[in-house]
Amino acid sequence: MEQPILDVSDLCVSYGKVEALHHVSIKVCPGQIVTVIGPNGAGKTTLLGAVMGLLPHTRGRVEFLGTAQRDIEVERMVAAGAGLVPEKRELFGEMSVEDNLLLGAFMRRRMGFRDERETMEQVYATFPRLGERRGQRASTLSGGERQMLAVGRALMGKPKLLLLDEPSLGLAPLIVREIFHIVAALKKTGVAVLLVEQNARAALQIADYGYVLETGEIALEGPSDDLEDDPRVIESYLGLGGKH
Amino acid sequence: MDLQIALLLGQDGIVNGAVYALLALALVLVFAVTRVIFIPQGEFVAFGALTLASFQAGKTPGTLWLLIGMGVAVAAIDSFSAWQSRRPRRILQVVGWNLAYPLLVGAAIRYGAPQEWPLALQVLFAMAVVVPLGPMIYRLAYQPLAEASVLVLLIVSVAIHMALVGLGLLFFGAEGSRTTPFSDASFQLGDLMVNGQSLWVVAASAALIVVLYVFFERTLYGKALRATAINRTGARLMGISTTMAGKLSFLLAVGIGALSGILIAPITTVYYDTGFLIGLKGFVGAIVGGMASYPVAAAGAVLVGLLESFSSFWASAFKEVIVFTMIIPVLVWRSLTTHHVEEDE
Repeated sequence: MEQPILDVSDLCVSYGKVEALHHVSIKVCPGQIVTVIGPNGAGKTTLLGAVMGLLPHTRGRVEFLGTAQRDIEVERMVAAGAGLVPEKRELFGEMSVEDNLLLGAFMRRRMGFRDERETMEQVYATFPRLGERRGQRASTLSGGERQMLAVGRALMGKPKLLLLDEPSLGLAPLIVREIFHIVAALKKTGVAVLLVEQNARAALQIADYGYVLETGEIALEGPSDDLEDDPRVIESYLGLGGKH
Repeated sequence: MDLQIALLLGQDGIVNGAVYALLALALVLVFAVTRVIFIPQGEFVAFGALTLASFQAGKTPGTLWLLIGMGVAVAAIDSFSAWQSRRPRRILQVVGWNLAYPLLVGAAIRYGAPQEWPLALQVLFAMAVVVPLGPMIYRLAYQPLAEASVLVLLIVSVAIHMALVGLGLLFFGAEGSRTTPFSDASFQLGDLMVNGQSLWVVAASAALIVVLYVFFERTLYGKALRATAINRTGARLMGISTTMAGKLSFLLAVGIGALSGILIAPITTVYYDTGFLIGLKGFVGAIVGGMASYPVAAAGAVLVGLLESFSSFWASAFKEVIVFTMIIPVLVWRSLTTHHVEEDE
């Protein structure tokens, strides 16, 4: 097997005395879409937060691009090529769409790259709606446009690994389809994706590999085609009828 | 009161108001980015003015020793943590900025006879000594508490204010100083006599406000600071570190404070503790802007300046009382018009 781009092993995270993640191990290989599905409160957001360095972990290791990250720092993860699209989007509401995107390239600019205009045109090509609204304040965008901006802003950093936290949350089905379509297309550009989703059906459809996270532990894992046919997954997450 | 007196008071109010406006902007900036209410702001006004005065009196300013001392502390702490995380290049950077830089500035001052330097160079060196204290104080006092509540940060600010006032007395003594004016020119404007230094203060303040505007609207780092103020988590995810933003905002705030002190030193006698009252008046302006709006804060600060100057004519014994009482109606008005925002986003 190829060297994984992200290799998380035995990760534990606690909030005070409450353990939110319990010996979690996941892998993402280059060019793969890996999804983590599971119910609300299973620890999915915590997992992304710990991988990105927003939260400290109590044990385990996170290896990104072959280097172990001791005391993970967000800035260093961003510099190394990880981009997180958080569940709450965390946009800069009072700033324009264009400035939001520009700040997405902050770390690349600091590292001496000057290609942000080019990348921005690519983002506008991917999300034409953002191009139309480039001068508008981010806070005036609709829910779907905000999600597009959050993804576009992460893409401005030219990530090697994109971490998506519930991109479908609170969006109309049509927009969800559009976003997932774009995520699937990203794969062709060589970006690896770690997709955390409650919408298991949509997630498994575009993913190569999946994990089921329940109460802080990996309950199941496997290629997403297998998971889609797994009776436990069908019963708990896909509802009657499965994928057919 | 005739027109001439009114014009004179108005001029006085605008000159003072311009300085208060600068300080108000710095306070809003620091609060927005770091949630710190930067009470020691005023001390840097005094430090800037008195450091320049020391140069002109042919003395080595005590602030230089503070710079070197804090530099040593920051260099020790930061190189230790860089060594622990095995980042040798970072150690070089830390030592360069916190040890080599203060020593170089110190050597230039000790052996360069600043008394004979042209005024511009003296001003430059006064800034070079005082301004780096901002990021250093952020590193030593606030960075370890970056996640603390606004109240804890306020208590730290009060403590630093006390410490710096004490150090100011130690460095500069109890007597006040004045510096040589930037220009001796004065103009007759209708009935009004305008002196050159007042024009300097107003022009420099206006220019600085324009520079700040351009910085925040047009440059990447300015936008990064605004982004941190709007959404800290979002900014961190872009790789904008909270520490970097904090240090940068302290650098700007202390720079503004020191420059304000340098601007007013030729027109008012500055004592080691003069800065506090000046800073508080900037704070009143910042409150008018709700600690959030830059233009309203600046306008509020100019209003404070005018109010102060006119009340010194009518009720000079009560001028401070009148200025600070202005906070009460402003607070009432703000609490009626704005809805409460939770502290932790």
